[in-house]
Amino acid sequence: MEFAELIKTPRADNVVLHRPFHLAVEGTLCLTGHHLIFSSRRQDNAEELWLLHSNIDSIDKRFVGSLGTIVIKCKDLRIIQLDIPGMEECLNIASSIEALSTLDSVTLMYPFFYRPMFEVLEDGWSSFLLEQEFELLSSVTNEWRLSCVNKEFSVCPSYPPVVIVPKSVDDDALRKVALFRHGGRFPVLSYYHKKNGMAMLRSSQPLTGTNGRRCKEDEKLVNATLRSGRRGFVIDTRPLTVAQQARAKGGGFEQEVHYPQWRRIHKYIERFNILQESFIKLVEACNDQSHNMDRWLSKLEASNWLTHIKELLTAACLAAQCIDREGASVLVHGSEGTDSTLQVTSLAQIILDPRCRTIRGFEALIVREWLQAGHPFQQRCAQSAYSNSKQKWEAPVFLLFLECVWQIHRQFPCSFEFNEQFLIMLFEHAYASQFGTFLGNNENERAKLKLPQKTMSLWSWVNRPEELSRFQNPLYEANSLVIWPSVAPQSLQLWEGVFLRWNRPSRFLEEAEEERINIIKYNKELQARVNALRRRLAELEAEDEDEEVQEEEEEEEP
Amino acid sequence: MEHIRMPKVENVRLLDRLSSRRAVVGTLYLTATHVIFVENGSETRKETWVLHSQISSIEKQATTATGCPLLIRCKNFQVIQLVIPQERDCHDVYISLIRLARPVKYEELYCFSFNPKLDKEEREQGWKLVDLNEEYHRMGVPNNYWQISDVNRDYGVCDSYPTEVYVPKSATAHIIVGSSKFRSRRRFPALSYYCKGNNASICRSSQPLSGFSARCLEDEQMLQAIRKANPGSDFIYVVDTRPKLNAMANRAAGKGYENEDNYSNIKFQFIGIENIHVMRNSLQKMLEVCELKSPSMSDFLWGLENSGWLKHIKAIMDAGIFIAKAVAEEGVSVLVHCSDGWDRTAQVCSVASLLLDPYYRTMKGFMVLIEKDWVSFGHKFNHRYGNLDGDPKEISPVIDQFIECVWQLMEQFPCAFEFNERFLIHIQHHIYSCQFGNFLCNSQKERRELKIKERTYSLWAHLWKNRADYLNPLFRPDHSQSQGTLHPQIAPCNFLYKFWSGMYNRFEKGLHPRQSVTDYLMAVKEETQQLEEELEVLQERLANLQKSQSGNNKVKSKQQDRSKQFGLYTSNNSLANTPQEYSNDLKSFPSRSPSQGDEDSALILTQDNLKSSDPDLSANSDQESGVEDLSCRSPSGGGCLPSEDSGKDSDEAVFLAG
Repeated sequence: MEFAELIKTPRADNVVLHRPFHLAVEGTLCLTGHHLIFSSRRQDNAEELWLLHSNIDSIDKRFVGSLGTIVIKCKDLRIIQLDIPGMEECLNIASSIEALSTLDSVTLMYPFFYRPMFEVLEDGWSSFLLEQEFELLSSVTNEWRLSCVNKEFSVCPSYPPVVIVPKSVDDDALRKVALFRHGGRFPVLSYYHKKNGMAMLRSSQPLTGTNGRRCKEDEKLVNATLRSGRRGFVIDTRPLTVAQQARAKGGGFEQEVHYPQWRRIHKYIERFNILQESFIKLVEACNDQSHNMDRWLSKLEASNWLTHIKELLTAACLAAQCIDREGASVLVHGSEGTDSTLQVTSLAQIILDPRCRTIRGFEALIVREWLQAGHPFQQRCAQSAYSNSKQKWEAPVFLLFLECVWQIHRQFPCSFEFNEQFLIMLFEHAYASQFGTFLGNNENERAKLKLPQKTMSLWSWVNRPEELSRFQNPLYEANSLVIWPSVAPQSLQLWEGVFLRWNRPSRFLEEAEEERINIIKYNKELQARVNALRRRLAELEAEDEDEEVQEEEEEEEP
Repeated sequence: MEHIRMPKVENVRLLDRLSSRRAVVGTLYLTATHVIFVENGSETRKETWVLHSQISSIEKQATTATGCPLLIRCKNFQVIQLVIPQERDCHDVYISLIRLARPVKYEELYCFSFNPKLDKEEREQGWKLVDLNEEYHRMGVPNNYWQISDVNRDYGVCDSYPTEVYVPKSATAHIIVGSSKFRSRRRFPALSYYCKGNNASICRSSQPLSGFSARCLEDEQMLQAIRKANPGSDFIYVVDTRPKLNAMANRAAGKGYENEDNYSNIKFQFIGIENIHVMRNSLQKMLEVCELKSPSMSDFLWGLENSGWLKHIKAIMDAGIFIAKAVAEEGVSVLVHCSDGWDRTAQVCSVASLLLDPYYRTMKGFMVLIEKDWVSFGHKFNHRYGNLDGDPKEISPVIDQFIECVWQLMEQFPCAFEFNERFLIHIQHHIYSCQFGNFLCNSQKERRELKIKERTYSLWAHLWKNRADYLNPLFRPDHSQSQGTLHPQIAPCNFLYKFWSGMYNRFEKGLHPRQSVTDYLMAVKEETQQLEEELEVLQERLANLQKSQSGNNKVKSKQQDRSKQFGLYTSNNSLANTPQEYSNDLKSFPSRSPSQGDEDSALILTQDNLKSSDPDLSANSDQESGVEDLSCRSPSGGGCLPSEDSGKDSDEAVFLAG
């Protein structure tokens, strides 16, 4: 297919762009295969706006006489308005944008066409391999092994080719366990707590069905992670009733008779359309133009978004508490084990593991616990809060996770190497990107699409020193401890950086951030200068003393 | 002391509101000024001090098997839950506290016994720190349009006004006195703020006694005079900060509002801020939400909305924004009033001044602002904050709301204020503490009669002495946010107004960010300053050395290595960071209890350069609950507890020792 076929009017002049907190600008609008480009040529205020078509969530058009107006709502929650003179032009442009923003073939997406303008210093596709992770693990324990049982994606289509499992369980057993777990997602290692040797596993629900089927290998696998005489916790992200109902459909949960050393805790985490609706309501509330305080608070409350945040954080804290405080191993799962499960395991690691609070470590966490673990990004992030499509697989699962990280970040502002912008950047790229990282729903699909060969990795770009400097938290001081966030409502706030980003005045906040950076920067510069001077002085004084000693010796001689 | 039935009770349990598991056992002491709880525990012996004047209510609850619970709620939003083993002891403590918390004469208040060990001269200097004469001069009055009037020199015209008031030059004593007779409590229009740049001014008064049709020539002349004092404008705004309905109801009682037809060239405007009773109930409702044991997100947000608190805060802000805009952008003078002109009027005038003039956003300027719009113009501190036993219906968080408005502005303009959140919190604390004389009584007249300045100390001097603790690291006098008028967004930015947990959940440390960006940056800046000094010394030494070497001259300057002083990043101030109760499910689990591991969880804040004496971050944060809170925060002065302590030591030390 040629993109040109979809672009009936590639260019329109005298278009006026409206954005909140900006003056209206007149300029030229151009459409290309992947971008909407608006450029104003005004001498005093030349600027260009590039918008990926894939970032467009919805588009509305209306006419007043022959002046057409297009309102574009983006997946990053921005809303812009374009006034386009000429009814035909406007209609053409609107229908082109609509077609280009809803291409159904992945291979037509921008990442397959994007050619980076920067030199690739490190290929992000191979920056975070599980093998490296395993090497680190092997230096502290030999209870685990790397299994290639899923090499051809035949045992579990949504797992990566290699996984970490208890050493005592062989591949044959894993194949049997896979048959006993929803979608073949057998329990694998998610996190090993070096401090006390406890492990966090994740999987999908066991397929016990109504007649209480059991699987000896499954029991053996999870028990292999327990110390003798100790118990473990199963954190089921569904309420008990839902877990019970799942049995009728062949699913189920670990029954105490067969897992006597495990104690099950049901911590309900909302999913799918409930989350999506909540997301839509919250964004609606944030864009509400009414002047009434009561209405804002009641809409915020009615969206339930912060309730989901609180529940998710609580579950993650609980998992972390079981591991660090109870000294118990933990198995986390819901139904499929691709959404709420990953939210809990990744957040628990943020709490427990200082490494996950570094930039590199956080990237590794996202690769390991989201991309390789098979979170279906393409389905979940197909649309954002403005779309009318309402597909049941769309859900802001990853955004909810990022917001929880932000909430912890807000409570421990000096314990993270990255800043808020880093989290916002990840949110944007999960929904629309020039990079191939978040395309596909699992490693299997990514391999079939040959993404590593055909597209650029987000990490290749982010980890360049020029880019990294934008994402560094100036206040960061490595903190090796477990950080326990508060989950009280008073401690949780709306993530303004995402939800009010486009409709709050941000200049003063940006100035504050600049000031923070300057304070630290100046301090570091001084530190360096003082150290250099000290060294220089020490050298000179040493020379001085040498001479002195010589002289003293000379004096003593006679 | 005669009111203390029970000076000491042992084996009292202090409950943690957030976690029932964290109760501590200790001894409760009642002194003439404080309630003190000393934890048993051999090493730390954490102490919780509460001033009697901070107590807003005491509740004795039904006796349980473990003892008799006593709930003490404080005006600085601390809530203390004690369980006293014996019902009789509890009753005695209860009866004693009821009396101690409600003194009947000023002399019983703490400021009359508080002695920070300053000599007479220091005390007098302290009171001179904030000088309103100087302030009016700074504003630019007296000048061609404004003059100081002595009509009220013996409080003869208005007993709740200061002796010195600025009025338009064309307003004769006859006009002022005439106008005052036509205003509630004779609070005639007087200058609150004068804008040097364009001659526009903010004046304040009480409501006119207009009833349904009454007029007063002098009052009309007074408003005319205010307009004439601003030659650039042909009208003035008259802002009635009450809801229209309230103002109309007042007419039936012979009060009311200005009729535009009777006054030439005024534009009349209602701005609906609710009265003190609505505000009191609103705060009450919000505090109930804060006190919920483990509220869901919906409970909290619903409760917050239902309290209406943020709506009221926004109404006050909107009024201030309106006036600041009139003065700065339109160059029009504004007369502000409510009913008596000492609550809403004070709030709105001070918010507008703060928006207009960067000086009020400095530490000193903010003290001046409170002194000007609140203290001197007869805001009834004693009645509103219940310092002496009085009518509970007079109590209302009027200045609390103003302080919150400032905080909301600080959130929106992080670089615009010289002071930080702690400064606001400590001012709020001391408005209720009665430790300093500034906020005693209901008017200047009463304060003079009590000889406050001779008998008590000034809070402003105390805060000024510790100003290093109250600095906003992001403030720079040359920053664009520190210049000119602030323009907060008005609509549709309701979301800009946020719940202030730093104030209303002030004592629930677990709810706040565990690392303070402000403290961190202040420490960095402090270090930067030391580095600058060291750099200078080093450069000098280097120059000398090079000179001496070249001249083959030996100067042995073995200066001490300053680097040792930079312990900033290595001090191990720790903060116990433990999990909350994330689930009830863990309780029944037969393995060890999660609280056992608390010790090893001490979170070492690596950036804890932070002042070693800062109770916010020290492990025994409870100590901070009383006054020490404030005294502990000596600026960089490592660990000493200055001033106040000496004051309370005198007689209470005996109790503690015994």
